[in-house]
Amino acid sequence: MEGHSTYQPKGKVAQWFESRLPIVGLIHSSAIAYPVPKNLNYMWTFGAILSFMLVCQIVSGVVLAMHYVAYAPVSFARVEHIMRDVNYGWLIRYIHANGASMFFIAVYIHIFRGMYYGSYKAPREVLWILGVIIYLLMMATAFMGYVLPWGQMSFWGATVITNLFSAIPWVGNTIVQWLWGGYSVGDPTLNRFFSLHYLLPFMIAGVVGLHIWALHHVGQNNPDGVDIKSVAKDTVPFTPYATIKDTFAMVVFLIFFSWFIFYIPNYLGHSDNYIPANPLSTPAHIVPEWYFLPFYAILRSIPDKLGGVLAMFAAIAVLAFLPWLDTSKVRSAKYRPLFRQFFWVFAVVAVLLGYMGSQPAEGGALIVSRILTAYYFIHFLVILPLLGLFERPKPVPASIADAVLAKSKGGAVVVAGAAGPETK
Amino acid sequence: MTIRSSLFGAVAAALLLTAGASGARAEDAHAQPRPHRMSWSFAGPFGMYDPAQLQRGFKVFKEVCAACHSANYLYFRNLAQEGGPHFTEAQAKQVAGEYQITDGPNDAGDMFQRPGRLSDHWPAPFPNDNAARAANGGALPPDFSVLAKARSYHVGFPGFITDAFIQYQEHGVDYIHALLTGYEDAPAGVHVQPGLNYNEYFPGHQIAMPKPLSDGQVEYTDGSPQTVDQYSQDVAAFMMWVAEPHLDQRKRIGFQVMIFLIVLSGLLYFTKKKVWSNVAH
Repeated sequence: MEGHSTYQPKGKVAQWFESRLPIVGLIHSSAIAYPVPKNLNYMWTFGAILSFMLVCQIVSGVVLAMHYVAYAPVSFARVEHIMRDVNYGWLIRYIHANGASMFFIAVYIHIFRGMYYGSYKAPREVLWILGVIIYLLMMATAFMGYVLPWGQMSFWGATVITNLFSAIPWVGNTIVQWLWGGYSVGDPTLNRFFSLHYLLPFMIAGVVGLHIWALHHVGQNNPDGVDIKSVAKDTVPFTPYATIKDTFAMVVFLIFFSWFIFYIPNYLGHSDNYIPANPLSTPAHIVPEWYFLPFYAILRSIPDKLGGVLAMFAAIAVLAFLPWLDTSKVRSAKYRPLFRQFFWVFAVVAVLLGYMGSQPAEGGALIVSRILTAYYFIHFLVILPLLGLFERPKPVPASIADAVLAKSKGGAVVVAGAAGPETK
Repeated sequence: MTIRSSLFGAVAAALLLTAGASGARAEDAHAQPRPHRMSWSFAGPFGMYDPAQLQRGFKVFKEVCAACHSANYLYFRNLAQEGGPHFTEAQAKQVAGEYQITDGPNDAGDMFQRPGRLSDHWPAPFPNDNAARAANGGALPPDFSVLAKARSYHVGFPGFITDAFIQYQEHGVDYIHALLTGYEDAPAGVHVQPGLNYNEYFPGHQIAMPKPLSDGQVEYTDGSPQTVDQYSQDVAAFMMWVAEPHLDQRKRIGFQVMIFLIVLSGLLYFTKKKVWSNVAH
């Protein structure tokens, strides 16, 4: 956003420093003066919540790494050592383990908010793709983190997921052995996963930096999906308005988080992961962590191994193409009556896919999974491109100020033009 | 409107199909009944361990279970720590002293036996897994350290969601209690493999462990009933403590954190209202 860097260093030292490294001005322009649309709702607080969760995971993870040992014969015992004998080790580990789930809950809300309000549309395509990259990195980090306690689900989850790469023609088995560092999941695998689990969060932090940079360059989308016309009329400065709202939302989210940490810390985990890894005994049902379940359902609903792997990766990759698959010029679902319904159907389908992923892939569950998988792709590849062509959107307000005015009057939207899509 | 209703129809159909699919799952659960939910002192937001129950459970463990089951992550010092069975340090020392621990090597390079200390691990009944298997008909008695968290049962929909709201985490101890009280004669037509025993709650119903507890087997000095049901509850509670020794502290801190966060969120809410009061939004 142009024209919001109003920082003027007052003291001599501050002026001297600012003319050499304008970092205080950068902080001022991005966290204090940055103009925020007036009409943002609480769905827009999840960016701040996610930043908090990333810091929370890195800090708790760094402390855990001080006590953990990545060596297959002792890793399970080391985690128990943290739980029992390290001062407040149980607290740090439960924060970290449940924090991963909270991170995903927040990111799913964040992603679905972006889908509902069309936040991926021009000029925010790069911002959105950076988000998809963060999501992918998060998945890789979480998967490798789950392996570290070296319980039964750690071991067998790692076996199942790394084995997916064996579906690649010709070089599959070579790749899998290279990933494992041997002929099965074992100590070398655990060690490299620990190393990468420590590395990837910092890569996430880097991409988050780009994500925020891109966001601050193009400005935030908003529930009405219209561009900022006038900084003075349409926006408020980030501090104090967004700062206090984000802080409030973050504390409410922390109450939710604390419910899990202190009262049901093992609810989101699998009891089998309290059994030490045993390569000779396969658990009855190998299930990944809950946040992978929709993709796990897609993987298993394709009868062919390579096809399943491709479908699973395609289910994530398709998100990156969303800015071009959605052909509508109107951003917000608020003004797209048909899209709004398809959005909610898609949300239900995604949740049901998650439930199906937790069930054994047989009989009725498998048939339902296949129908849901088909719908998942139809939503992106058929419904979204066609909707933009056939849907008649409602008229879009001329500006954020108009939308706010209409809302406070409780009356009709101030119409800018007859057909919404052309108002841009 | 027609598009809307057909969309909702599709969603409803998907939900019904899902319910049908999970109904098929419920059928094979008949083979293995769901354990009864017991009332545990440590369940719920204010639940804490009952030291008297943990002491009774420890007695059952020491006199019966520990003959075959190890508890490798348990230290003698744990017996005297906060939020546990609340033995005095002298009592814990006395328990430790009843066991001979192999230590060494000494200055002459020899291993030697000495009485246990508070800093020692609970000694395992067998030197290694193979010895444990050899003495137990080929089956390995699982370690008790985290067993109460390593066992569970299928709750299904919608129970798994309501459990998050009512904070129910006691599936492991429910299962252990059900298993210990679930020994019965095999139903007609079921052939039990030699060396195995019929148990209603064990997956597959054939368990290597013979019925470990019988009425009156362990003497209680506090007047609690000396029944298999009571023994099972007490030893399950003890196993929960061994698996989660800081539960009392966790829930106590949790309550403080919740109060703090709720007050803070209230203050922030009103601050936010004040800050935004001059802006239409």
